Amino acid sequence: MKLTTMRTDIVEALSLQDLCRFCQADETWVVELVEHGVLDPIGSTSGNWRFVGTSIVRAKKARRLNRDLGINTAGIALVLDLLEERDAVLRRLAQHEAI
Amino acid sequence: MDFKDYYNALGVSRTASADDIKKAFRKAARKYHPDINSGADAEAKFKDVNEAYEVLKDPERRAAYDQLGKEPPQGQGRYQPPPDWDSGYEFSDAMGAQGEGGFSDFFETLFRRGAGPTAGMRAGPAADSHGRIEIAIEDSYRGAERKLSLRSPVVGPNGGVTMQDRTISVRVPKGILAGQHIRLAGQGSPGFDGGAAGDLFLEVSFAAHPVYRPDGKDLYLDLPITSWEAALGGHIVMPTPDGKVDLRIPKNARSGQKMRLKGKGLPGTPAGDIFATLKIVNPKAETEKARALFEQMAKEMPFDPRAHLEGYAK
Repeated sequence: MKLTTMRTDIVEALSLQDLCRFCQADETWVVELVEHGVLDPIGSTSGNWRFVGTSIVRAKKARRLNRDLGINTAGIALVLDLLEERDAVLRRLAQHEAI
Repeated sequence: MDFKDYYNALGVSRTASADDIKKAFRKAARKYHPDINSGADAEAKFKDVNEAYEVLKDPERRAAYDQLGKEPPQGQGRYQPPPDWDSGYEFSDAMGAQGEGGFSDFFETLFRRGAGPTAGMRAGPAADSHGRIEIAIEDSYRGAERKLSLRSPVVGPNGGVTMQDRTISVRVPKGILAGQHIRLAGQGSPGFDGGAAGDLFLEVSFAAHPVYRPDGKDLYLDLPITSWEAALGGHIVMPTPDGKVDLRIPKNARSGQKMRLKGKGLPGTPAGDIFATLKIVNPKAETEKARALFEQMAKEMPFDPRAHLEGYAK
């Protein structure tokens, strides 16, 4: 089998349309996530929003939670906040256990 | 092909009602969802649970599945469905989008045989694929090349869907962080009806490292130093993925003290930092000479680390 090295790039920023395609969601739903503070795009209007870094991962997680567990936007916002808190606690715990 | 016990996967009896099955599924889905449960086998379990529910929630599929035999066949764990096992049953193809990864061969053979294009293969300009890639922390310092096996559905000339394996080589860009995505343009699923292929996105995660704990661009580690290095201070040489660095230990350093090595973390503009938490370790007194030195310290150093406990004595 032919093996060529693929051209790769890091996904740095996505527009609203790009993000919708990226996590197979519609715009209204993404706007709702922004209104709930789940996603924090750069830019003042939805037309020039840029989603970067953690917003991209959060959007993907939010989509999965919505699709797999049927959680609504407010629930997703809460779950993601709690998961981040839990992960931070687990990281600190790991550091203390290491010493 | 392994027989799948769908009732067992959901933890329900064969006579469970549709409501009980739904309840069991919802509970298990919450418990094993890979975004919530970070356990190693949670994802596999989650897939099993979804597959089981996909069959058991549908009365037609459930009836056909029940027809297969009350007992999983003994022996090799290999399962062959009897010929014409599904005659008389009509499947309404109501597959939800399953996203990453399909169902087991068992499921595909029994319920998707000869079916039309599967979910995610609808006509359209492009279908993106998503996957994951685990790399070493060191790969982010230097960039790396990785071989990746992909399995994607391909629509044959007669309209049937077959899985095709291919291997591609992926360049991991320098400075990539856990949680970021690598895009491989045009490497997603081929578009249906001759449409252009979508992109392949790979979510990056770091393999657990014996020394470093990553947090964004920063790395954390415990740095062992001797008791005399801690007491006297001075320079030590510390190996990092970015090369050896000279680190100055302050006089009277204590265990748990944090040292920052600016710009020695993962590459970027600006680069991350390395945070080393000092950990004082004592050598074992195994030789005559070592014992003599410790004895001398014991005699000549007026130091009581438990002085503060006196106040709490009975």
